Order: sequence, then C-alpha cells, then structure tokens
Amino acid sequence: MKEIHVDVIEKTVHDLCIEANYSLSYDMQKALNTAAKQEEAPLGREILGQLQENLQIAGEDEIPICQDTGLAVVFVEMGQDVHVTGGSLTEAIHRGVGRGYTEGFLRKSVVRDPIDRVNTGDNTPAVIHYDMVPGDTLTITVAPKGAGSENMSRIVMLKPADGLEGVKQVILDTVREAGPNACPPMVVGVGVGGNFEQCALLAKKALTRNIEEKPEKSWVAELEEEMLRKINALGIGPAGLGGTTTALAVNIETYPTHIACLPVAVNICCHVNRHARRVIE
Amino acid sequence: MNRHITTPLTQETARELRAGDVVTISGTVYTARDAAHKRMIETLDRGEKLPIDVKNTILYYLGPSPAREGRPIGSAGPTTASRMDRYAPRLLNLGLTGMIAKGRRNEEVRQAMMRNGAVYFAAVGGAGALLSKRILESEVVAYEDLGPEAIRKLTVENLPVIVVLDAEGNNLYETAPEKYRKDI
Repeated sequence: MKEIHVDVIEKTVHDLCIEANYSLSYDMQKALNTAAKQEEAPLGREILGQLQENLQIAGEDEIPICQDTGLAVVFVEMGQDVHVTGGSLTEAIHRGVGRGYTEGFLRKSVVRDPIDRVNTGDNTPAVIHYDMVPGDTLTITVAPKGAGSENMSRIVMLKPADGLEGVKQVILDTVREAGPNACPPMVVGVGVGGNFEQCALLAKKALTRNIEEKPEKSWVAELEEEMLRKINALGIGPAGLGGTTTALAVNIETYPTHIACLPVAVNICCHVNRHARRVIE
Repeated sequence: MNRHITTPLTQETARELRAGDVVTISGTVYTARDAAHKRMIETLDRGEKLPIDVKNTILYYLGPSPAREGRPIGSAGPTTASRMDRYAPRLLNLGLTGMIAKGRRNEEVRQAMMRNGAVYFAAVGGAGALLSKRILESEVVAYEDLGPEAIRKLTVENLPVIVVLDAEGNNLYETAPEKYRKDI
C-alpha cells in the first residue's frame, strides 16, 4: 500500500492547470508546424503562421495560449494499491483547480448553475473522471476544454445496420457543421461503441492521446487516416477561411457495445488541444 | 485588399469594406459577450439607456483572461459569434457598425447588417496571446460584477482582423472554402 497525501495531489493539479494553458504538447506543436508548411491557401498559411507565433508569445511572455482557459477536465487513474491520506481526493482536485486558475492568471469560466449563471469565481468545480487501475501510482491528466469547439460536439445513436459508413457520415457531418465556429485546424476525438455516456467519454479521452500514436486495431487506424484525409478535403481551412488544413488529427477510441447499439460521439477540439499529465509515485 | 481603419467606424466606411479584406484596426473597441449582451437587451427592454453608445462603434466579442501586473490585459482572442445572434440585430438597429468574433452568423444578423451598413470581422480564434499584444489599454466601463464578461473599453493598435460578412451580404465562410474543397 502506497500513501499519497492530498497536498501532493492539490499541488500537482495546480501545476498541471497552468502548464496545460501556457504550452502545448510536443506532438501538437509539431503538427502545427507541419501544417504551416503544407497548407495550400495563402491566407491559411498566414493564419497558421500567426498560431505558431501565438504559441511562442504564450510561452515567452506568460500569456495563456487562448483566453478561454476552459472547464478543467481531470482524468485520474488511481492505482488500487494507493491510499490517499489527509482528506478527500475529490476536494483536493477541486482546490488544485481553484488555486491553479487563480494563481496562474487563467480565466474563470464556470457558472454555478446552468440557468442562473453566476460565475463561481475560481473555475471550480472541475469535471473529474476516475479509473481504478492496477498498481500503486496515481496518474493525473488535466485537459482544459474550451467551449467554442465543445459546443460543436455531438453524440448519435446509430443502428448497427448503419455500420462503418454511418460512423464516417457522423464524423464528416459534425466537422462540416462545426466549421469556423470550432477554431480550425481542429483535433477530432471520436468514440465508437460502449453505451450513451461511455461513448462520449471515449471521445473526450481520445483527445488526450498523443496524435502520433496509432491505435492497435487496424480498421481504427485506417479510419483515422481516411477521416483526416476527407476532413481536409472539405476546404474549411485554418479559421474556416478556406484551405487544406481543417484538422490536425483524428483520434478514435472504441469499446464493446450492446447487440442493438452503435453509438458514435464526436468531441471537437480546436488547435489548442490542451492536456498535461503527471504520475505521482 | 489590405486596409487600415481607425475608429469610430462610420456607416460609409463600413459599406466600403468587402468580405476577404485583411484589415487592421486602431482606436477604441468595446468588449461584450453573452452576459453583457443579455443585460444590454434587458436595459433596452426597460426603455433605459445603454452604458455605452453603440453608434459607429465596434464590439469585440471577448472575455479576456486576467492581466498580470503591469499589463493591460491577459489573453484576448475572439469568442464564437453565433451566441450573440439573438441580440445583435437590436444593437445594429441602434447604429452598431462593427463586430469582431469568429464563426458563422445567422440570416437575421446578415439582414440587419445589410440594412444598417455594418461589417463582421473575424479575428483568429485561439490566437489570444498574439492578439493581446495589440491592446494597449483596457478599462472596465460597465457590468464589473460579470468578471470576464464585463464591458471593457479597449484601446487597440493595428488589431488584425479579416472581413467575413460585408454590408452587401457577402460571406467569406461560404465562398473561401469552396476554392479548396476537393472531391475524394
């Protein structure tokens, strides 16, 4: 049994909120650089150049990459041999988010109630997803998610007879409709299978996967490649102003499903696909 | 075409701008997003005066991140415009001539823009750090309790934007992607 104190968890979440909002992971930076070289539209190239410069300014001058520093989505992979000491794990995560957003000069974008809409003032509460895993470590991923692209996401309960073609149609329709609203070039997270809520979570988790990593199943890897090609043929382009770079990546996760079900969830993310991860040992 | 404009933005100048023009803006623009728009419309419904004069004015749909000490503002990129579509025609009828944001507008907004001689500019979404460098001053002038959604008066210098919808109803979001669409 490994003991981890809540103060360590709070500090880790605090640090990850800040890290994620000021710098992108290496794979995302690299994808943006490649796109800037390959984009065919002159205005599109200029916009991608601005996005590269934006990342540089964010890092050097300590300005968040985007003013929408998001709702803090926190994934916790909790080793079953870990014992959390000193208080509540969930409360420690919320405190870490509150302190991270306050001390990190990040925008407070959470309202306490969807109808009365009063800002909570410290970006809490976070949305937390727990997974129990073997081992004695605690892995925390903070993925701040902006609303521009979140609002363009969707879940569709297809029929099994709709098959792979139906899945493709849902992905392309969702991206087409998202268009300029979702701040392209996008990263497209897709969940296929599971049930209603599991499928949406798969799509969200897909966004946190390194975009250079390929899925194990060959049909999934092929689908990712085909979808990226077809999305970039839509012409939407950087900022939706025309071009050949509409998405930087399509990440797809799957799960077994019911004999009567074929759920598909598409979680759109903008080019500021933020996620920072740390393992507490 | 490349253009530089200084505020106030008159209806005459707004009518000269064309979808696709790359524009830099200097002068004063005001921020307003969801909650501020809702409150402005409620103010008008009560027959009261708005806290800012929107005539010949540009609104930037923006909720910035907090400023570090010694700086005017934090990250300052555009938010999605469609959430303001419900409110925008009313302000356009009062003489609002410019809006800066990102994403599509609905037909009611497009019609109100054509009627009143107004233009919709896109700033690059997700470039908030870069855009903040073009903002020299920022001052909350109304609805301070709304925090990031308060109305701010911004002094901008060469703020880079692109005309998406012009006063003739041309829409760059419809015409530009067509040129790069490939049938595969």
